Amino acid sequence: MSSGKFDFVFSIGGEAGQGIATPGDILARVFVRRGLHLSTYNAYQSIIRGGHIFLTVRVSDEEVLTHGDKIDLLLCLNQDTADRHVGLMESGSRIVFNSDRIKINNPKEGVFLCPMPVSELTGGSRNRLIQNTVAVGAMVALMGMDFETLEESLVLRFQRRGQAVVDENVAMARAGFDYTHANFPLFAQGAPTGSKPLAVWSGNDALAMGGAAAGVKFYSAYPMSPSTGVLHWMASNARTLGIMVRQVEDEIGVANMAIGAAHTGCRSMCATSGGGFALMTEAVGSAGMMEIPVVFIDVQRAGPSTGVPTKSEQGDLWQILGASQGDFERFIVAPKDCLDAFNTMPELFNLVDKAQCPGIVISDLVISEGRFSVDPDLIDMHPVIDRGELITTPTASNGYMRYKNTETGISPRALPGLEGYVHVVATDEHDENSILISDEFTNPHKRRMMVEKRARKFRLVAEDVPAPELEGPEDADVTLVGWGSTYGVIEEAVEQLKLEGVTANHLPIKWIVPLKADAVSEILSRSKKIIIVENNYSGQFYRYLRSETGVSVDGHVRKYDGEPFMPHHVTTGVLEVMAGKTDVFVPYQEVVV
Amino acid sequence: MTTTTDVAEGRSVAPLTARDFKGPVDPDWCPGCGDFGILNSLQRACAEMGLRPHELLVVSGIGCSSNLPGYINAYGMHTLHGRALAVATGAKMGNHEMNVIVTIGDGDGYGIGGNHFTHTARRNVDLTCVVMNNQIYGLTTGQVSPTSSTGMKTKSTPYGSVEPPVNPITSAIMNGATFVARAYSGDVRHLTHLIKQAVKHKGFSLIDVFSPCVTFNLDNTHAFFKGRVKKLEDEGHDPSDWKSACEKAMMWGDKIYTGIFLQRELASLDQQEPVLNEGGPLGFRDLGLERKHTERIIQRMM
Repeated sequence: MSSGKFDFVFSIGGEAGQGIATPGDILARVFVRRGLHLSTYNAYQSIIRGGHIFLTVRVSDEEVLTHGDKIDLLLCLNQDTADRHVGLMESGSRIVFNSDRIKINNPKEGVFLCPMPVSELTGGSRNRLIQNTVAVGAMVALMGMDFETLEESLVLRFQRRGQAVVDENVAMARAGFDYTHANFPLFAQGAPTGSKPLAVWSGNDALAMGGAAAGVKFYSAYPMSPSTGVLHWMASNARTLGIMVRQVEDEIGVANMAIGAAHTGCRSMCATSGGGFALMTEAVGSAGMMEIPVVFIDVQRAGPSTGVPTKSEQGDLWQILGASQGDFERFIVAPKDCLDAFNTMPELFNLVDKAQCPGIVISDLVISEGRFSVDPDLIDMHPVIDRGELITTPTASNGYMRYKNTETGISPRALPGLEGYVHVVATDEHDENSILISDEFTNPHKRRMMVEKRARKFRLVAEDVPAPELEGPEDADVTLVGWGSTYGVIEEAVEQLKLEGVTANHLPIKWIVPLKADAVSEILSRSKKIIIVENNYSGQFYRYLRSETGVSVDGHVRKYDGEPFMPHHVTTGVLEVMAGKTDVFVPYQEVVV
Repeated sequence: MTTTTDVAEGRSVAPLTARDFKGPVDPDWCPGCGDFGILNSLQRACAEMGLRPHELLVVSGIGCSSNLPGYINAYGMHTLHGRALAVATGAKMGNHEMNVIVTIGDGDGYGIGGNHFTHTARRNVDLTCVVMNNQIYGLTTGQVSPTSSTGMKTKSTPYGSVEPPVNPITSAIMNGATFVARAYSGDVRHLTHLIKQAVKHKGFSLIDVFSPCVTFNLDNTHAFFKGRVKKLEDEGHDPSDWKSACEKAMMWGDKIYTGIFLQRELASLDQQEPVLNEGGPLGFRDLGLERKHTERIIQRMM
């Protein structure tokens, strides 16, 4: 529940192949051009045709953090959608549908039905997808918006396909728009206009753009849902921005190729999901040992194994914490939302460059495939770039040692190709001068020195990472702790709890490593009650937090059905735990897709 | 940055000798190991081509053979088992002006790294892959390898291997490699010549080198190869004839061919990639983006 004056949710349901994305995109454009904020969640399945797809878009005149708790307007593109979701529609909501083909059975009292005689309105058009455009016209009308912005968005969407297609779509949208005005009651509160036009992007766009802004010159990937959007963005912008993009034979190759490019001086990154990340893990440790900065992104989906490829979960935390054998230093960060994902990339690249080690970003389907509005002025494509101690020009190199045991632990890194800096980087343990200490003679003192050198540099650079901060009143009844993508849903739950008479504050954890355990312990020591919210079964983050801080907590809200939390799930869970009804609350997922 | 040819033709520095390519430590290979011949050939080839140490990146995997970057005076990467070709591809894309030589073993190249072998060949990445093929897993003390002959008795096949070996030459040809050669490490002069040809070749070049393991492979010894290897060039083989190349590559008996089986001209990956057209090596370029591009990107999101 956003506190904005206007808080509106519409959903579009149908089967794969019915073109749900198109009306979703068109309407998203209409809203952001109008200056309205939005957050979308698309529930889909791993099929190209058929099944059930359900797109939910929440719109507000203030920033929106989640797709919300309710649906005001439902567009049914098939009978299945109507049958599945009619029960979610409450009094005052509206259902738009093609009355030639769809029947709404047993709507609750007070639900307005808006049957569209599509065949009549389209003059019997045989274009299967044209019902979508008619519906978009109807939806824009119901929300009290003018036709002009919709027309602009339609032109934008279809202009590449020629004037005839543009004309047909504008005419059909107009028909739907006019028919709705003539026949149905519009929503009492029309969509307002925001102060300035906004932009729209997905989390995967944001991760890719953040990488590009950080100066990524090499991106490698193997397609895997829900991370593939990063590859698509990179591939489509590669030539303009001078980025080398490679689709590789497997994720093992992806990770190792990125490391090779990183060694030659490119800022390099790769994205995948949990299964692909499993294949990358050995390479993560090799970057740690060779001291090559490189960024890996794991966009989590529901596991284990192939799992539920198009559903979300926060289930990869322990895989990431344990990725690669041995003790080595790496940054692990879980951005809280789309804009944060963007801003995290340059920040992380600076850290890994300075510490000469790998960094891992944990995203998930909710952030990566969600589409969100953003104030374009907040997208800084020219952030500060700090490459740390990097030698890029041949100067006095006397006695250069790649792994020099310096006071800071940071050994200046010379790029291959420079005269006078010839050196080897090695995945075997090595001495300051890269000579392997594993084969000829194992030298325990040198080994200890190198382990400590790597640890020292990381500790130093990790000081740049901010400690987590408590949001909300210090003396709240309960502290909700979450990590990564649960940020928005917990923020909204805090507001909902206020209405229930419970004051809550929120400790969002973004940096997993370094965790800043002392700061976290200090904050939590003042909490009256602690509840951890996470999107997995076993409380992965709780177990990590406990291992690092010793903190014990009062209860948990966990969800592991593949669908993301809705705000009321968290609210209900907190209330149940506070009332002593349960220690671990698992919400019921009402929207079944 | 300078290329091989520039160095050979244009520079007024004293020519280097093979000794100048000696690394900081001596090899820890067993006395008599075939790998010595490969290292020597590599150092000689580099000197004879007029390469300078900083113009060369040697990338290895894991195994006896893969300790080589420590023994040669050049930029080196000692990567993971099987991953040298992937790492080397990334490095070549990051700095396409470097000469990249990959030195790996038969397990590295054809076993655990087989997928990368296929695709690096197909992509025609401009690097030279020297596979130090001893037909055995040496560093793990003698187990069967992808190139071990059928029937070979090893610690993991005490009753004799029932599997046929991979044929690196025909595999590479079928994968689309543009330069495919075989050598014997006991013939340093011939191997040196082949390495020079391979490095000069623009595109992916494979040299599969018989490199006898004197400790764990008592079947494929120096004595075994000495009497059998025959040079293709001595028999007038035409390296543009892939069918003949495959026929000759499959011969394994009294006569085993070495030399260049196949060579053809095809644009290499870096030549095909427009991002590398101008601006020098990617890894040395400025990181900032141009505002005209970033403004357009954000405009498209509105």
